Amino acid sequence: MEQKISEQKIRRKRLSIRLASWTLGWTLTMAAATFGYKYFWEGDAFLIALSVLINLAIGIGMILSNRNLINDFDELEKKIQLESMAITLGLTVVVGLTYSLLDITNLIPMDAEIGNLVLFVGITFIMALIINNKRNR
Amino acid sequence: MKNRLKILRAEINMTQEDLADIIGVSRQTINAIEKEKFDPSLPTAFRISKLFNLPIEKIFEYDSSK
Repeated sequence: MEQKISEQKIRRKRLSIRLASWTLGWTLTMAAATFGYKYFWEGDAFLIALSVLINLAIGIGMILSNRNLINDFDELEKKIQLESMAITLGLTVVVGLTYSLLDITNLIPMDAEIGNLVLFVGITFIMALIINNKRNR
Repeated sequence: MKNRLKILRAEINMTQEDLADIIGVSRQTINAIEKEKFDPSLPTAFRISKLFNLPIEKIFEYDSSK
């Protein structure tokens, strides 16, 4: 039994570290693809395509790694994740389209930026996780 | 669902953390089950039943009002 307990904790730690590594890799390759294009390889189609493809491949790795971690969660943790994701998805679609509509109808002076939506997704998901964790404590 | 998990755990001086480790769930899950905020899955209920050597219906009671 002791062995089983430590195996579970080791597996969870390993999956968390793996997800953190993929996320860090994805962030770095995103920065490399963005700033490399701006400052280093502007006009070099091969390097631009390569940096974007590497970022995309690492992004897919990050998604699969996140799925593996969620599959290791217990039933309550999965429920909390599911509820948080549902809230985040719903709010992102509704708020994202409203944001786009505000841009199209010129009710806001600036263009709707995808970066703002990504930031909104991140903040919404973290808030939903905190609230759902408190509710189920 | 009503349950006697907290009482049964106290009878053998077991902490939520210990029970969670043995059953293979988080301490938060054990706490939520004890507070009747969350109903465990059938496999988890069977693991709890096996640990306390009691039939499931002696630990969990279906509450039709919820």
